Amino acid sequence: MTDEPKPTRARRSPLALVTERVVEVLIHVSGFSAILFVFGIFFFVFKEGAPFLSKLDWMQFLFSSEWIPTSSVQPKYGAWALIVGTMSVTVLGMLIAVPFGLGAAVFVSEFCTGRLKETLKIVIELLAAIPSVVWGFIGLKVMSPLIISVFQVPVGVNLFNAAILLALMSVPIMVSIGEDALKAVPDTYREAALALGATRWQTIYRVLIPAGRNGLLAAVLLGVGRAIGETMAVLMATGHAVKIPHSIFDPVRTLTATIAAELGETSQGSPHYQVLFLIGVLLFSITFVVNLAADLIVKGVRRQ
Amino acid sequence: MINYPSPVSEYGYRLSISRILCVGLSAGLLLLGCGKSGPDSSAGGAKATIANIGSDTMVNLAAAWAEAYAAVDKTVLIEVNGGGSGVGVKGLINGTCELANSSRHIEAKEKEELKAKRGLEAKEFIIAFDALSIYVHKDNPMNEISVEQLAEIYRADGKITQWKELGVDSIPGAKGGEIVRVSRQNNSGTYEYFKETVVGKKNEFKLGSLDMNGSKDVVELVSKTPNAIGYSGMGYATPSVKMLKVSKKKGEPAVAPSIASTHDHTYPIARPMFFYTAGDPSATVKKYIDWVLSDAGQKIVAETGYVPLPK
Repeated sequence: MTDEPKPTRARRSPLALVTERVVEVLIHVSGFSAILFVFGIFFFVFKEGAPFLSKLDWMQFLFSSEWIPTSSVQPKYGAWALIVGTMSVTVLGMLIAVPFGLGAAVFVSEFCTGRLKETLKIVIELLAAIPSVVWGFIGLKVMSPLIISVFQVPVGVNLFNAAILLALMSVPIMVSIGEDALKAVPDTYREAALALGATRWQTIYRVLIPAGRNGLLAAVLLGVGRAIGETMAVLMATGHAVKIPHSIFDPVRTLTATIAAELGETSQGSPHYQVLFLIGVLLFSITFVVNLAADLIVKGVRRQ
Repeated sequence: MINYPSPVSEYGYRLSISRILCVGLSAGLLLLGCGKSGPDSSAGGAKATIANIGSDTMVNLAAAWAEAYAAVDKTVLIEVNGGGSGVGVKGLINGTCELANSSRHIEAKEKEELKAKRGLEAKEFIIAFDALSIYVHKDNPMNEISVEQLAEIYRADGKITQWKELGVDSIPGAKGGEIVRVSRQNNSGTYEYFKETVVGKKNEFKLGSLDMNGSKDVVELVSKTPNAIGYSGMGYATPSVKMLKVSKKKGEPAVAPSIASTHDHTYPIARPMFFYTAGDPSATVKKYIDWVLSDAGQKIVAETGYVPLPK
């Protein structure tokens, strides 16, 4: 080899130029497709439910807890108990998951080294790979009798059972993303903190967590998203009862589980079918509001 | 021997509907195509179709039969659809189906309508039985219950909420005396049948029951919950649950659910299930009904959680 090709545009082969163009377009398309898919899905879900919008009693739908869609006398479509069910399971699940998830993220990222770190990461990722129907079975078969005998309650499939499952399911996501967020904090921050004589705890509490808060919030939100959208495990472990819970040991029913249980056998186009799609729209809206709120919080935090 | 339904039979009919649509369409096209050349053309793939609609309770069973029959007679395609027993009988009257599934006897009015409209007599075939067992935890000391008591437990305005109101003072391993009601999701045939016979057509279920998404799940949950009571097909019993004897009214003799007590009508929460045809069935339909009544067909009855005919 005598003369090396000069790194100029002109020396590139036409093929390379074409390829670059194609790749550029493909990347654009994939970017926009995400938007397209979200709107497409929203449109189709909405379209299925829309014919019932005019007939729907909104006060009943949102604030009544009487869900009797197949009544032969007077069907009632009150989704309040289902909304409360989804909310309560998610909130309780997150109350359990957030301390564990973020704690584990801090531990893996800041305290672990070498083999322990690798082992922990692999095991936590393994936890994320368990299918939700398996979690559901664990809830139904293992946790339910355990909760009955430990907490002395009549029903083992309840809010608490499902919340623990949801926590277990969302912890791995929180750990992975949270650890990444902490890893992204430059080491100079840590060194500066140490140089100022901060203890490890002070470094984490005063420096790393504030510096990585956006990533940590994203980690929590992904966990929340997972919890709200989860269907199979909550269908099996909540007890699936239309009921406003009075304690964490009461059975509840979630929006997702209701769709899953009832959509398969309703005849297409019937009011029941359409209301189930409206529940889908409702779920969409809840997720949207949660994400929007989080976005605003992040922006607010940044501005300070 | 306990027969659990295979996952295929639980969801099979939805799968088969789409498949039937596809095959039905292509069969229809083929029929159209050979319309000019005469019905006996050697087009080959054209299948004779039997439209089989009606009872939602029976739709899983009918779909399981249809699927198995596809392997028995490749020239016949059975299109299964639900909608309710009434829809099936209407289909016979209007001539839109050859075979109606019904979980009740045909009404006199419907018989007359069929005669007036098509000049045909309804032919009835008992093809299987549907029996619901009442399950409690195996440690529950209770042995029998009446339909009236069940209604009081499950009905929206029912009064019974505690086990002691049923005469059960304590259940080993149970916490508190609350009755935990286990039910089914509100569009299953089992839910509908329990509602008709126990809760009452004009009444509603009391909300707050644990609505399981499958017959097997009901039994599973009852076996893990000492305070629970639930209803499910007879074929789902396991050693960790107890089936209660059932009487119509308190004081009347209670009958244990069994194939025999279903057959002699002494067990109150059981019913025969029927096929109806308008007039004598055609050769193809007759062949299908004979297969359904054969050992092979009745084996599927047991597999899907229903009660086969007496031998």
